[in-house]
Amino acid sequence: MGELKLMKGNEALAEAAIRAGVDGYFGYPITPQSEVIEYLMAEKPYERTGMVVLQAESEVASINMLYGGGGTGKKVMTSSSSPGISLMQEGLSYLAGAEIPCVVANVVRGGPGLGDIQPAQSDYFQSVKGGGHGDYRLIVLAPSSVQEMSDFVPLAFDLAFKYRTPALIISDGLIGQMMEKVELFDQIPRLTDEEVIKRHPWATNGKPVGGERRILTSLDLDPHKLESHNWHLQAKYKTIEENEVRFEMLHCEDAEYIIVAYGSSARIAQKSIQLAREKGIKVGLLRPITLWPFPKKPIDELTKRGIKGFLSVEMSAGQMIEDVKLVVEGRTKVEHFGRYGGVIHSPEQVLEALEQKIIGG
Amino acid sequence: MTEEIIIAGFGGQGVLSMGKILAYSGIMQNQEVSWLPSYGPEMRGGTANVTVIVSDERISSPTLTTFDTAIILNQQSMDKFEHSVKPGGVLLYDPNGIIHHPKRKDITIYEVKAAKLAAEMGNTKIFNMVVLGAYMKIKPIVKLENVIKGLKKSLPERYHKLIPLNEDAITMGMNNVTKI
Repeated sequence: MGELKLMKGNEALAEAAIRAGVDGYFGYPITPQSEVIEYLMAEKPYERTGMVVLQAESEVASINMLYGGGGTGKKVMTSSSSPGISLMQEGLSYLAGAEIPCVVANVVRGGPGLGDIQPAQSDYFQSVKGGGHGDYRLIVLAPSSVQEMSDFVPLAFDLAFKYRTPALIISDGLIGQMMEKVELFDQIPRLTDEEVIKRHPWATNGKPVGGERRILTSLDLDPHKLESHNWHLQAKYKTIEENEVRFEMLHCEDAEYIIVAYGSSARIAQKSIQLAREKGIKVGLLRPITLWPFPKKPIDELTKRGIKGFLSVEMSAGQMIEDVKLVVEGRTKVEHFGRYGGVIHSPEQVLEALEQKIIGG
Repeated sequence: MTEEIIIAGFGGQGVLSMGKILAYSGIMQNQEVSWLPSYGPEMRGGTANVTVIVSDERISSPTLTTFDTAIILNQQSMDKFEHSVKPGGVLLYDPNGIIHHPKRKDITIYEVKAAKLAAEMGNTKIFNMVVLGAYMKIKPIVKLENVIKGLKKSLPERYHKLIPLNEDAITMGMNNVTKI
């Protein structure tokens, strides 16, 4: 068993970055995720593993530092919260286009605009539908506990490098600020320069003698060449959809109704389900862990099994519900419930919504 | 066993650290714990509160509207959380600064004059540990030895010399809690 600690979600994410063998973290402070860079600065990972931690002059600079560092095959990471992540969208599109692996963490707060500093889940569209321009996807992981804030860092890097694409860890102020027990994984050694060169033959870390020039770019002015590049990207995204869907099902065996919820809403919904079952209402939870690729198959199978209704619970005005509806295709009832703008719904409010919108509606 | 607690008072009273010590003690005895503070502008000079859950099982929602126990340390928190205690639950408070005392008949109410006791002990900073002691007497969900172990793990080495003082404060709280 690994080391047990009581940590905030943000601190667990930062510690996991060191332990995952990250080479560089580039960030800019913003509530509610400032503990990430605070923890990294205090922990002096340069002395522990040689990892670089740099406070950039802005979020735009951070994401472009990821382009530079990631382009050399190094493990690079940044984190921010909603308004800062909006600033990074151009960079994410370039990273996806040039197929540069990296990990970005978004500890979501209420929006739109500068919004507030309280928890929200209103960046779902931005995360899974492509927040920047062009046809691209991010691999999106949604932790719902402090343990997962730690565990998903190495997972995100594995996926990012496996598919040469940026991966996003999306949590919110609740998961970021909350402390829970976390079992830390053992230190993964940072790769040496020689190992990076050997492992990533695409990386721009110097032209090998007798080898070909390596170019990482998202620019191609020949539309036919750019179209082929897009075909290649789409084929890659299809492979990811086929192989990397992750989700959790709780109390679904005998369920007549299903709550679909991720991250902190999934935690709140677990309490609602407990309260519902005390009243004899058979409801289960489907928790998407990858928001993209979205767990379509389990929702389709539940629909085929005759589920009487799905309630999409999100701290947003209703974003993920669109993906649930795309799978259900009108075969059964799909409704949304959620508070937003930084307000967190209570377990009781979720249960009430289930009774009114799904069971009684 | 699942114990859902809200601790509420002024920022600076040690509300958040008391919750943290409780959570750490839960880990020391192999339980699941969660600690969720109110965060944001309201913390600066205003009220502070933290929801702590200690359980033998996987914890569902870290945010709650009703609690098994409310530990209330100022009037604003009394106004806000007296009604959040589950029927049959516990309300523990320090009467210092309280004008409107709790009135509910369907819960058990305890008081501990922690501010006064801490002042008599010559150190107002151990106020929160007196309150923790009172709570541990009412609901012995965490053992004293595990609280000490938790303190040792969560405090930097240079503060370890203060652990005996904290232990005295806990004992003081345990011996001075009264049922209303």
